Amino acid sequence: MLDVKDIYKTFNPGTVNEKTALRGVSLHLEDGDFVTVIGGNGAGKSTLLNAIAGTWLVDEGSISIGGVDVTHLPEHKRAKYVGRVFQDPMMGTAATMQIEENLALAARRGRSRTLRRGIAREEREKYRELLKILDLGLEDRLTTKVGLLSGGQRQALTLLMATLQRPDLLLLDEHTAALDPKTAAKVLDATERIVNKDRLTTLMITHNMKDAIVHGNRLIMMYEGQIVLDIAGEAKKKLTVEDLLAKFGQATGSDEADDKLLLG
Amino acid sequence: MDFLLSFLKSLPGSFGQGFAWGLMAIGVYITYKILDIADLTVDGSLATGGAVCAICITMGWNPWLAVLTAVLAGMAAGLVTGLLHTACGIPAILAGILTQLALYTVNLRVMAIGDEASATKATLALNPDRNFLLVSSRYVRELSLRNPLVLLAIFVVLIIALLYWFFGTELGSSLRATGANGNMARAQGINTDMTKVLGLVVSNGLVAFSGALLAQYQGSSTVDMGRGAIVIGLAAVIIGEVLLDKVFTNFALKLLSAVIGAIIYYIVISLVLRMGLDPNDLKLLTALVVAIFLAIPNWKGRFFSKPVKRGGAANA
Repeated sequence: MLDVKDIYKTFNPGTVNEKTALRGVSLHLEDGDFVTVIGGNGAGKSTLLNAIAGTWLVDEGSISIGGVDVTHLPEHKRAKYVGRVFQDPMMGTAATMQIEENLALAARRGRSRTLRRGIAREEREKYRELLKILDLGLEDRLTTKVGLLSGGQRQALTLLMATLQRPDLLLLDEHTAALDPKTAAKVLDATERIVNKDRLTTLMITHNMKDAIVHGNRLIMMYEGQIVLDIAGEAKKKLTVEDLLAKFGQATGSDEADDKLLLG
Repeated sequence: MDFLLSFLKSLPGSFGQGFAWGLMAIGVYITYKILDIADLTVDGSLATGGAVCAICITMGWNPWLAVLTAVLAGMAAGLVTGLLHTACGIPAILAGILTQLALYTVNLRVMAIGDEASATKATLALNPDRNFLLVSSRYVRELSLRNPLVLLAIFVVLIIALLYWFFGTELGSSLRATGANGNMARAQGINTDMTKVLGLVVSNGLVAFSGALLAQYQGSSTVDMGRGAIVIGLAAVIIGEVLLDKVFTNFALKLLSAVIGAIIYYIVISLVLRMGLDPNDLKLLTALVVAIFLAIPNWKGRFFSKPVKRGGAANA
């Protein structure tokens, strides 16, 4: 489903702020894979997701999604294949627009926007049903401006928007990091349900090692712009946080594998 | 008593100016409120609308066709600003200023088309006796169908209806999403460069429409007629918002509030002029008023917001 081949990205090349964020990352995801991504600050996790989403183009290497080479496609064209939830709850929704307007925009992801009505009447019923899944009471507030919702509600809504049109690939960039623990658990729960229901191919960054172990069928760890650990299937199910820390030490040959580094 | 009487007599004129500038204010609303871009092209495109319309009419064109041509010219100006901003990566404000400056030359030359004596011209007169005009301030106090207020009001209603429909479509919604949150828009597959250009094109088309009507209404097109237009447009939008935001929640009514803002602006202007203000001081006054109204929401947030009770975070 996803094929990332040997990608490199350097920011601000030739300046004092030069930073090589990705150093030859390759990653292959099968259809239906749910991969969790961990790593410390600056390890390149978000950079990898942004590279796939097309926030900017990579310096070297290639990226294809569902067999389509998207290496040179701009962000808005890749959106046809990719659903995204950002870390910042403000980023995934339009605050000044209504809940149903946001959903209607998402329902048209990857299609050309015409002069037809922005929201067809029959869509509203569908949205109401979908919002019920979130269990946040949003189904009765279709015409509420999104800016009036809490961070957790906005994040859950963004999740729904990202999956409203079945994406070939779902990218979750620490989407529960900015929420309080209770809300984070709820949003993560909704994530699990939605991903399982549609068997979505998913890449989820998390700063929580426990979450990374519990969710998904595969786990990768990044360090200094490279994937240093890749554990799948049975081996992943048996993982513990201690295992992860030990493996991190082996993989990087360093003894700085403490919570602080991994949790950022 | 005399003062009151002369003020009342000036009201129809204020309404005429207000309607014509109201169309311009709707254009500003599209860029400033919906797209979140302060587009300074309008100072130039308003005059372009006037210049193109005036030259077409003096060449004997049908005024409807002249207005249409003016609108297309305004749209072209918006396209230039849009491309400077998106394709060339120039900040929106600067892109607008560049187009505006370039239009000054264009407008001087447009008004001299067909004139063998000179290559540029700063004014072009239109006369309801010699030219067939859609609107003229001469008849603004007349009780007949040629009173310009009739047609201007119809234009305002039609434009608001058209925009209300457009911003409810898929394309219009993607334009609103672009202004509300560009990140989100791109993640949903919206080409935000394209929507920004489209917004600037529509906005400047409207501004040129307003300029074309103004040139006919006041009986001349001048190269300076758009000077400070952005500030007047902003004043109209802000006055409308401050006074009517709570009452007018519907989008069509929000557009209407910009027109009402423009009318109020011209009523206030005619009032202060009658009270003896030197017309040369008008622009200073307008700039002051707009600056204050733009600052109020900022000050409100900074000085008058209720402080969170101590320990609020711990108890949350």
